[in-house]
Amino acid sequence: MDLETKLRETARALLEKKEVDTVIGYEKDDMPLRMVPCFISKPEDVGRLVWNPLCENNLTKYLVKRAEKTAVIAKSCDVKSIIVLINEKQIKRDKIIIIGMPCNGVIDRQKIHNYLDNEEINEAEIGDNIIKIKCDDFIKDLKISDFIHKSCLECQQRNPVLFDIFIGNKAVEIESGDEYAEIKELENKTAQERWEYFKKELSKCNRCYACRQACPLCYCKSCFVDQNFPAWFGKGTEISDTISFHLLRALHTTGRCVDCAACERACPQNIKLRMLTKKIEKDIKELFGSEAGLEIGEATPLTSFDENDPQEFIV
Amino acid sequence: MDEKNKNWEPKILAFLCSWCSYAGADLAGVSRLQYPPNIRIIKVPCSGRINPVYIIKALQEGWDGVFVSGCHPGDCHYLTGNYYARRRFAVLDSLLDYIGIEKGRVHFSWISAGEGEIFAETVKKITEEVRRLGPATILVKP
Repeated sequence: MDLETKLRETARALLEKKEVDTVIGYEKDDMPLRMVPCFISKPEDVGRLVWNPLCENNLTKYLVKRAEKTAVIAKSCDVKSIIVLINEKQIKRDKIIIIGMPCNGVIDRQKIHNYLDNEEINEAEIGDNIIKIKCDDFIKDLKISDFIHKSCLECQQRNPVLFDIFIGNKAVEIESGDEYAEIKELENKTAQERWEYFKKELSKCNRCYACRQACPLCYCKSCFVDQNFPAWFGKGTEISDTISFHLLRALHTTGRCVDCAACERACPQNIKLRMLTKKIEKDIKELFGSEAGLEIGEATPLTSFDENDPQEFIV
Repeated sequence: MDEKNKNWEPKILAFLCSWCSYAGADLAGVSRLQYPPNIRIIKVPCSGRINPVYIIKALQEGWDGVFVSGCHPGDCHYLTGNYYARRRFAVLDSLLDYIGIEKGRVHFSWISAGEGEIFAETVKKITEEVRRLGPATILVKP
């Protein structure tokens, strides 16, 4: 039995036994190369559920403050964000059933579009290792492993740390090299060069806030950037407003970000948002030795302290 | 320096906690210690009250420098406020440096109510450093 069939059977069993009211998973969208979140509440609908490397969304977002008992399909990074939200009392552990999946990385759609020179894709058929792309003039077989998202290539953990049901066999952990290589490279440049880099990268932003909407950590009822009284930052695309927004958003994920890269995949302008969040993750690891989303009950670095914390930056 | 900036003087925004650093500034005043008139003080209840948004906003509004000061670790009026602040500032300081804001624009220090002299010295030092960097250009909203 392949993973998808096993997943459907598991979901059917959960719904039939009334163990959960809803199963949150992925279904096929009308757009090629797109899998979208779906909510299954009847056993006969489980056939809609799919599982493949295009299932990129972090479904944790939909668990926040959910009253009914829910099962959720989660990759290893999604599970980490679930743990963060359990620690922040946004999700009740006994209200959810985590269906853990082994993950070998999700596809970066932009890489495929770039490879095809933005040729319009009419149909995409996904197989085990190959994705078959049909365009107007040609059909191409692409190797999935060539189009894996960058964050997945840097992933240190391919199997969930917490789950109630695990589907399939454990994914093979691979040595991913230095996950901070790109950040270290930027750190070694001059301040002027770094500023130019961020100015160029973030000037692409059109302030659609897709990053915020996709991020499982952004559950504030009222976001600082939407506030009008006081209006902290301008709403337009003026570069200093945009950079300030991204700085603050990154700072708000301090010690909580699990590097699921939902923000980066949601960005319609392909801004490298992880260059900010990953940098903070690196600092937190170096300064306070903590890592987000590994254990239920752990304190986040900014809500705890140590009397001997480093303070070289204090004059 | 061009014509417009010939008479430029650095403008530095200071966030001082009301229990230690603000009282330290007061002591510097009543002791008649001289320090540069370049800082504008905002009194806050505790260094833990300072949201990174204030500092980024100040830089965006064109302040040439930002100075944040609170009680020494262990002396916080609210017992632990400055410990939390210290972690927050450590991350912020590193991030501001990373995006290319010059080192020396944003300063953090611990000054107690009895350290009037240290307050005057620190303000002198910070003003000189910001003067050396010149008017702020990075992140400033036109």
